[in-house]
Amino acid sequence: MNEEIDPRSDENFEARIRRLRGHDAGSNGVEESGEVLVARRSGLALAGRIGTEMIAALGVGIGIGIFMDRWLDTKPWLMIVFTLLGSMAGFFSIYRVANGFKYGAGYRRGSGQGSDKSDTSGIDAGKD
Amino acid sequence: MAEAHNPLEQFEITPWIPIQIGGLDVSFTNSSAFMILAILAASAMMVLSVRKRALVPGRWQLLAELSYGFIAKMLSDTVGKEGKPYFPFVFTLFMFVLFGNILGMIPYSFTYTSHLAVTFALAAFIFIAITVIAIAKHKMKFFSFFLPPGVPILMAPLLIPIEIISYLSRPVSLSVRLFANMMAGHTLLKVLAGFVIPLGIFGVVPVAGLVAVTALEFLIAFLQAYIFTILTCIYISDAVHLH
Repeated sequence: MNEEIDPRSDENFEARIRRLRGHDAGSNGVEESGEVLVARRSGLALAGRIGTEMIAALGVGIGIGIFMDRWLDTKPWLMIVFTLLGSMAGFFSIYRVANGFKYGAGYRRGSGQGSDKSDTSGIDAGKD
Repeated sequence: MAEAHNPLEQFEITPWIPIQIGGLDVSFTNSSAFMILAILAASAMMVLSVRKRALVPGRWQLLAELSYGFIAKMLSDTVGKEGKPYFPFVFTLFMFVLFGNILGMIPYSFTYTSHLAVTFALAAFIFIAITVIAIAKHKMKFFSFFLPPGVPILMAPLLIPIEIISYLSRPVSLSVRLFANMMAGHTLLKVLAGFVIPLGIFGVVPVAGLVAVTALEFLIAFLQAYIFTILTCIYISDAVHLH
């Protein structure tokens, strides 16, 4: 990028290799979940993901609210509650996407392969 | 003229062979025709190209092997060894979506992935199948999925509904993403194309735009098939590992 540095000089070449190596290790060393891979492939895809993620969660929340209102005859209340919950779920999804947590429920950083089996211990810890 | 340039006209489903079964319209439509075409094209690509079983693959065989390797790697990266049994399904899904998207790029063809009915049917099937697999594999432990580990029990009444909504929104976002991308892209192409003739000599500008958007659409056709498939892989991984 910097035009003042002569790319052919040995010293800078070494530095460049080091820099690129470091960069490479940074991107490959960390085990990435598929989510992050998707995000890396294209910022466009990520932008599209975030939009649909929010709207889907909100839509599902409102849908559940309306359905339960009709079922329990509590006209506007459950819809209001579930609209709030749905928007929270939408924000949570975005939070997960942005942080490279896995796609699904939960907050464990997804490693993709053979996740550690400590679900129950986590739950037990939560009950204390 | 306005009729001819309706950008949504391309998404119209026209029955080719009308069939009625007990009041249910199960006509053979242009959508079904293109689905069958996609299946035939994908099968032909896979079967015919590897027929020679050349040690040094030709172009078509290379294409088939690449797509196989691509999905196999995607599945092993996201799910791991346990993902092997799901390979045929994931591969078929990828091919079906990809060929739907790519065939839709041919002028005058029909893009069945631009219909929410199609994509939601796919997503709903995936969602139900994966939930059933997860429950079968983990029994009651599956429901621990909805309470994130390390969360104070006081938060549970708030978090469990949120997690359930999150989980239920998966098929919705999965299907809406594919459908919206395909539909928006094809509509944009048609709208841009509608500008070309009325603008006269300045029609060059939308033509340039059209070329660029067409290239982008090819990228999106592939990208969306990829995203649809990798998210399926991630859901399978969730079901198998219950992370």
